[in-house]
Amino acid sequence: MSHPSQAANFLKDEKRAHWHDETLWFVREKRDISSKGIPEWEELRKLASGIKDHVLTKLDYYLEELEKKATENGIKVHWAKDAEEHNKIVLSILEEKKCKAIVKSKSILTEECHLNPFLEKHGVEVVDTDLGERIVQFLNQPPSHIVLPAIHLKKGDISEIFHEKLQTEKGNEDPTYLTNAARIHLRDKFMKAKVAITGVNFAIPETGEFVVCTNEGNADMGVHLADVHIACMGIEKIIPRREDLGIFLRLLARSATGQSITNYNSHFRSPAPGKEIHLILVDNGRTKQLGREKFKNSLKCIRCGACMNTCPIYRRSGGYSYGSTVPGPIGSILSPGIDVKKYSTLPFASTLCGSCSDVCPVKINIHEQLYEWRQEITKAQGWSAKGMSMKLANGIFKSPLAYKVSGKVLRATLKTLPNSIIYNPLNVWGKGRTVPEVPKESFKEWYQKNRP
Amino acid sequence: MSSKNLILSKIKNLAQEEKPLPEIPNFETPEDLLETFVNSVKLNKSTLISKMELQDLVNSGAYPKVYSGSKLIEDLKTFTLPENPKDLNDLDLAIIDGQFGVAENAAIWLEDENLGLRAVPFITQHLVIILEKSKILGNMHEAYTKIGSQFSGFGIFIAGPSKTADIEQSLVIGAHGAKSLRVVLV
Repeated sequence: MSHPSQAANFLKDEKRAHWHDETLWFVREKRDISSKGIPEWEELRKLASGIKDHVLTKLDYYLEELEKKATENGIKVHWAKDAEEHNKIVLSILEEKKCKAIVKSKSILTEECHLNPFLEKHGVEVVDTDLGERIVQFLNQPPSHIVLPAIHLKKGDISEIFHEKLQTEKGNEDPTYLTNAARIHLRDKFMKAKVAITGVNFAIPETGEFVVCTNEGNADMGVHLADVHIACMGIEKIIPRREDLGIFLRLLARSATGQSITNYNSHFRSPAPGKEIHLILVDNGRTKQLGREKFKNSLKCIRCGACMNTCPIYRRSGGYSYGSTVPGPIGSILSPGIDVKKYSTLPFASTLCGSCSDVCPVKINIHEQLYEWRQEITKAQGWSAKGMSMKLANGIFKSPLAYKVSGKVLRATLKTLPNSIIYNPLNVWGKGRTVPEVPKESFKEWYQKNRP
Repeated sequence: MSSKNLILSKIKNLAQEEKPLPEIPNFETPEDLLETFVNSVKLNKSTLISKMELQDLVNSGAYPKVYSGSKLIEDLKTFTLPENPKDLNDLDLAIIDGQFGVAENAAIWLEDENLGLRAVPFITQHLVIILEKSKILGNMHEAYTKIGSQFSGFGIFIAGPSKTADIEQSLVIGAHGAKSLRVVLV
């Protein structure tokens, strides 16, 4: 399904779409207030961008260092070339531990690898423990936003699904009441799980540690109660030194939600006595993206979601309209790198206003990459209606006579053109637009009459 | 070829030109560290209480099971931690020491030695962190300079009580971890 048709679905519920738009803009405003409280904000962005640029050029070195140091610390390091291998590694650890039920905190990577359905197929119960993720999991939906997974839902929807799954009072939509019900439900899951899975926000080769940030504390509840902690990370999550965390932790939460820092910022360096930590390093197309000079910058992303909150298209079309694991502007430059055919409409789901690039804490030139992808895709497709009309326009603008004649013809026909030509399924441009009122004469004709 | 070698060789084959690693400069820190820290604590929905108030809290009987691992306020010691953290599921109040706090965001740094068991600050219903007034730093850069290369298997910045806004962006305190965070400055 293409982005425009999915977006049309989202917009059917006008009131909800409006709420979505306003709520995300509110988050964007919180980000603005928070970032403006830091005089060195722009310098922090520049430093973060520079650090990530450096890492990408030496990624092989840092990955080996990370493995070396982490292994010295007692962490078991695994390498996965793709999603399939990643999922198999997770399953093999679970089988070794004879584990049939796991708790998982937010990890976009495991979404990307479709780990949940894979494990469920092999008889493992997967419980997402982030509240928003648990809500969408109950509904068999993927997250619609990488930081706010259930932002497309209203409390009425959540009350309904909690009534069905957690036996909460019918019609009770109080967020505190619903959250507490989830707390009780999930605590039980935490107490029973032998293995906990988390994502990784940052991995530090200097010390062989990795950092996980949450507000709910769900990652920590999971891993500290379980015997085995499996952490899954894309190979681009590296920052070289411990001191670099100072930069990134100042930027991450402020960009994501406007908080000065996430509540829990956990640094895992070695397992507690008698426990295990596994760290899986996943490629899954990242080395390919690294080889694309124009698009490798996208690997600097720290998954704060700021580009989604600010994007006029994302806010008005919802996360599901993108049909990709990571939606929004950053998703629209990452996804075509994975499957250009499947995601061919995404780089066009943008006004190219550049707001995404302005808020990006690691200064990814998102809108420029969107523009680059459009060209790649148009080239690959070979033909487009827009391409044809541009060629036609080129011919008209070259010849003064053709320009004059075509202007007259257009003014005449626009007046009499039947609506069916503009408002028909073949003409997507006609959607939500009207034809301008036609002037009686051209500017040239007017000028000749009035300025003799 | 192993996946490790495959991934590494793919990166090596790109023969990228190395870009320099930026040095991190010193940034200005707030003038009044204590005042800034106190403000940040409030912004994060934590509360500041005195040593006396903590004593009252412990003696009030509102928290049947209390654990204290604090060395800064010694007479609070209660019981020895069990081996299995799951045995702490009925813990009502945990009192632990923080190593230092950060003024810009009220984050407090703790390591294994402060926690006793890593699960303590999460599994408890309510959390108290005790911090020396003299141990407040300006920003996160100073914090990491202070941590330096000291080794702990686990270290954490805790900045507030467990919270979520996943239901219509309404802030709810007490998602999975501690439902409240009280900070005592000594």
